[in-house]
Order: sequence, then C-alpha cells, then structure tokens
Amino acid sequence: MGFAHTVGGTRHVFSDLRTLLARATPLRSGDVLAGVAAESAAERVAAQRALADLPLCHFLSETVVPYEDDEVTRLIVDGHDAAAFAPVSHLTVGGFRDWLLGDADSAALAALAPGLTPEMVAAVSKICRLQDLVTIAAKCRVTTRFRNTIGLPGTLSIRLQPNDPVDAPKGVAAQILDGLLLGAGDAVIGVNPATDNVENLCRLLAMLDGIRTRFDIPTQTCVLAHVTTTLLAIERGAPVDLVFQSIGGTQATNESFGVSLALLQEAREAALALKRGTLGDDLMYFETGQGSALSAEAHHGCDQQTIEARAYAVARAFSPLLVNSVVGFIGPEYLFDGKQITRAGLEDHFCGKLLGLPMGVDVCYTNHAEADQDDMDALLTLLGVAGVTYVMGVAGADDVMLAYQSTSFHDGLYARAALGKRPAPEFAAWLGRMGLAERTPDALPAPMTDLLR
Amino acid sequence: MSAPTLWRDLRRYTPARVALGRAGNALPTAAHLDFQEAHARARDAVWSALDVPALERDVAALGASVHRVASAAPDRRSYLLRPDLGRRLPDADAAALADAAMPGSFAIVLADGLCGTGVQAHAVPMLAALLPGLRAAGWRLAPVVIAHQARVALGDAIGESLQAAAVAVLIGERPGLSATDSLGCYLTWAPRRGRSDAERNCISNIRPEGLPPDDAARKLLWLVAAAKRLGQTGVALKDEEPAVSALSAEDVGRRIGP
Repeated sequence: MGFAHTVGGTRHVFSDLRTLLARATPLRSGDVLAGVAAESAAERVAAQRALADLPLCHFLSETVVPYEDDEVTRLIVDGHDAAAFAPVSHLTVGGFRDWLLGDADSAALAALAPGLTPEMVAAVSKICRLQDLVTIAAKCRVTTRFRNTIGLPGTLSIRLQPNDPVDAPKGVAAQILDGLLLGAGDAVIGVNPATDNVENLCRLLAMLDGIRTRFDIPTQTCVLAHVTTTLLAIERGAPVDLVFQSIGGTQATNESFGVSLALLQEAREAALALKRGTLGDDLMYFETGQGSALSAEAHHGCDQQTIEARAYAVARAFSPLLVNSVVGFIGPEYLFDGKQITRAGLEDHFCGKLLGLPMGVDVCYTNHAEADQDDMDALLTLLGVAGVTYVMGVAGADDVMLAYQSTSFHDGLYARAALGKRPAPEFAAWLGRMGLAERTPDALPAPMTDLLR
Repeated sequence: MSAPTLWRDLRRYTPARVALGRAGNALPTAAHLDFQEAHARARDAVWSALDVPALERDVAALGASVHRVASAAPDRRSYLLRPDLGRRLPDADAAALADAAMPGSFAIVLADGLCGTGVQAHAVPMLAALLPGLRAAGWRLAPVVIAHQARVALGDAIGESLQAAAVAVLIGERPGLSATDSLGCYLTWAPRRGRSDAERNCISNIRPEGLPPDDAARKLLWLVAAAKRLGQTGVALKDEEPAVSALSAEDVGRRIGP
C-alpha cells in the first residue's frame, strides 16, 4: 500500500513504509548516498506529516525488510509483546510523540519497551526535535549489573578506552591508570585490540583482569575482539567478563560482521557459564552505528537510522550490560558534519532507551568530517541532559590506535560536574577509598606505582 | 626503567595524551591548544591539494614515464561525500590509458586519497627503492599514473585500462592527530573494475616515523613475488609480518566491523 500527503499544492506519494520512513528522515549524507533521501525539504515534511498520521499498529503488518529473508525481521515480529503494546495501540505516530512528551512516565515506558518495535521508535524519532529526543529519553530508566550497577538515576558512567597502536601492555596500563586517576572506568575498562587473534586476546584479558583484581576495582573488563575470537579465549580459560560484538540491523549486515543470532547466543551462554558477575549477569557489550548496513550493501533500500534502530532489537534479545552507537566514527559520507552527528547521536540514544537498552554513545568524529571539539561538547552536554548511560573516556580525546577523536577523561569529569552526575555507586565508593574522588594527586597512589615496573 | 611515582611519569609509557594535568575539570591551556594545533594540522591536510607538477617532475627524474588522471569527483567536497565517484575513471582518461596499455606490466598509481601530504613526501622515496627492485624481478613497468580525487578502487579501472598484471596504489591515508603524512599501499592482482577490498593486500602507516619508505618498498616487493606465485592477492595471501598501524583510508568503518 502507499502513503501520500500534499504540501504547497503538490501531492507527494510514498510507495511503501520503508520509503515513507526514508523520505521523512532529517537530512544526512548516508541517505543521499544510498539514494533514499527526500529530494526536497517539502517532500521531507510531506513524508513527516504522512508518517505522523500513520497508526502505530500499521508497523505490525508491514515490514521494511522481508520476513522470509531476514532473521532480524523475524526476531522483531516473532518477539513482539502485544500485551505490552496495548496501552499505545490506538495511537498514531504523531499521537505517540505527544503521549511520550506528556503523560508517559518512567514506569509506563519501562513496561512499554517490549511492545515497541524498532521501526516504531525510529518513526517517532523522525518527527522529534532535539529537545524532544532529550526530554523523552530522560524519562527512560534502564539499569544493568555485572560487578557494579550501571544506569541508576543521577549517574553517568564512563568506558575507559586505553587503546595502544601495538597492544603494548605498558602503554595500555599507563592509560588505564590515567583514566582511573580521572574517575573513568565504571562502565567497563575496554580495549580495542590492534590485532584480533586469540593469543593477543588472552594476553590482554589476563593483563586487564590482573589490574582489576590487584586494585579490587568494582568494574568489568573487556577486549573488543570478534565474538569468535572471544569464544576461543573462553575455551582457553581466559578471564572473559563481557562478550563484545559489533552488530547491525539486518541479517546481511551481521553476516558482513561474521555473526548471526545463533552465534551471539552461543557466546553469551559460554560467558554466562564462567559465572564471573557478582551483582548480575548482564554480560553482552554491543556497538552499532548508522551507515554500517549501507557500507555492507545490506540496507534493503531503508534509511540508515531505521536500520540502526533495528540493531537495537538484536541487542535487546541478549540482555546486554552496555550498548553504544559509535556515532561519528564511520565518516562524512554517512554523517557529514557536526549537525548531522549531533542529531544522529541523540536519535540513537533515544531509540535505544525506548527499546529498553542501557544506551551509551561514543561521541566522536574523524578528521575528514566537518566537526570539531565544540560539536563534541554540545553533543556530550545534550546527551548528559538526556540521561545517557555512559560515554567513552580516551586519554586526551585522541585515540592513538583507531586515529579518531572521542570524549576524554576530562570530558567525563566536565559532564558529571556540569550535570550533577555521579559514577556508578560501587565505583564512586572505590574512588573515595583510593583518594581519587575529588582531585587527581600529583603523586600516583602507592599501590599503582609498581604496576609499570 | 624505574617505577613511576608521579602522574606525569605515565607519559614515558605511551604515545597517548596521558597526564595532561587539570584546570578544574578541564584541560590546562597548553594541553588544550596542543590538541587544537594537532587537529588544525589534520584538517588542513585533508583539504590540502597535491602539487601534481612537482610530483610529476620527481617521478620523471627516476626515469619513469608519467600519466595524469582525475576521478569523476569534481571537487574535494564531492570526493568526501561520494566515495563511488572517487572510484570511477572518466571515459576520456580510460581511453587515454588504453592507448598506453602494456599487457602484463606492473602498474603504479600515486593517489591523493584523503590527504595529499604523505604522497607528496613519501611516494617518490618509496618509488626510488621500488622501481629497481621491480625491474630486477623482470617486470615491465607501465607509466606511473598520478590520480587526483582518487579512492583505492580507482586503481582497478586504471590497471584494467593499462592491461596490467598487477597494480600498486600508493595513497594518502586519513590523517590522525599524531600523523598527517601517512601513506598506504594497496596491491591488487589482475586489476579490473568491481574488485572488492578483500582481494587486495595493504601496507599502511608508511612514513619515516612509522614504516619507512625503503622498508615499505621491500615489503611490497615480497608481496608482489608472493602474489605472482599464487596468481592472486587478498585474504589468500597472508603477510608473514603484518604491519600494525593506524587505520587506513578505506578502513574507516572497521570500528563497527570485525
């Protein structure tokens, strides 16, 4: 079936749901590259008006990627909770926006999450301004636990990201100490490995676990290797806290990443069997990002933000501890400038939170994007107000392995201070015990000095 | 090395920006401006233009003939927004190269990529070591092609037009904050339009402080010999000593991929 709306005397027709969603999407370079963006501002607003009038229940009868071809679609359709959906089943997309901004409270949103599909939340995000994306996301409460408690109201956690160009142990350790001195690391101490092989992974995992146990830090560690490499490390008895994987919103995107839902399930079960969590067993860590499906030629004619939201349906099937979009990493052909990165970061956080995920954002950019530190400050502040679960902490904002700029340890301190946020409570208590809660001492705390000997 | 006792001692162990101090919760002024300077240099490098006449002179001085092409991307902004245009060789350029075709030859492309600085500085030193090695290995050399607004895959169309047996694309990598002059080198056996990135081998971070141009030339000669034995490049050709380096120009999506 088709959709239509008239703007300024011109009738704009949209042949199907995926086309309507794509044309309604605020401008971004990746949708232009894919050839799915609106041709004019008028066509875009016509699509937004047609989308606003669409009943939410329509999304249960029309898929954007064929059910027969795609296991992510099957996961979304087969896993839909009709009872949870009932309270909003009478609303249009526009009416849903009004309800989210008005009557919806934290308890209602938590109960609703299993009844929402990613396409529904993507749709409503497309007719939201930035302040709507902030206001609604800030009502969502998502709490997860492994060795500490992440996502409590009034907290902002930081992933400590100590990447080294050659995985040098002392280079990683020096960055971990720097991050701990500046209050980072409660979300996870997580290294992107320069080399994805099992020997290297086991070496890094042992080192991270050694630092954590030596200082009795109430947090979790992770090496962000491919899930198959992590499975090999588990077989070898390596201390795996979290299982990491990049995921996307279509089966073909996930195939380009070398994963399937069954493989993710296998990895989760293998890690659960290790019983390393003390407060809870949320142990999956997923990263996503708008544009990955197009770059894998696996977008099925959909816009990149709708596909991104579908990746969160994959994530929520595995009770993750952490999920984050790497919003500015993929490059200007997908998100051209600070304006597009800012909007995408807030959309991703909003959609993840409405779907019930512990959503963080890697607030970041590359040097060929039209963006700079001012753009990052604005997005970080907006996300902080929106209640983002965690952001990255990279020494001096400069990742010397991946060659991009993310938020620094200092940025984490800024955001917590400016917004009155604290670290996860167990980690905050640890910082207090180490004398690091209020300031960074010139001299390293005594137990840290021999780590680099 | 003695154990670190002060925060600033952490700097001895990593090239990362650690122990920067604090002004309240923010960076002290000097550290803040150090970052701004590094970013400014990287930004300028992205938008810097390759000095083609100078490069042409330097390559000609090595005794190689030179050919110029430009991709279908009309300007830098289009180049950044439309990777497909940077991979496309206009028909006129393809025809001109076809007139100079050398079946079975080895083709070399010098491409500006995401940053011309590295090509300008390090391509000629690398060629100076590479060309004698290729000749010694019995290769006939197609004209060196200097390509403007080019992505790696433009080399496929160039190699196809030249009927080359293999093509090496020396291309400027995406500038980072610590290095704005890195050169990448992609080797593709039997180049033709539509080759995937999985069918290439890559040497990256070529610069004096990374993999020096002489060493990169030696590594490429090893890869070329191995590719000739195998009759292909790509995942089937395992580099015995993988170079660990910053992300290359075409690797930008890797953070969210395996």
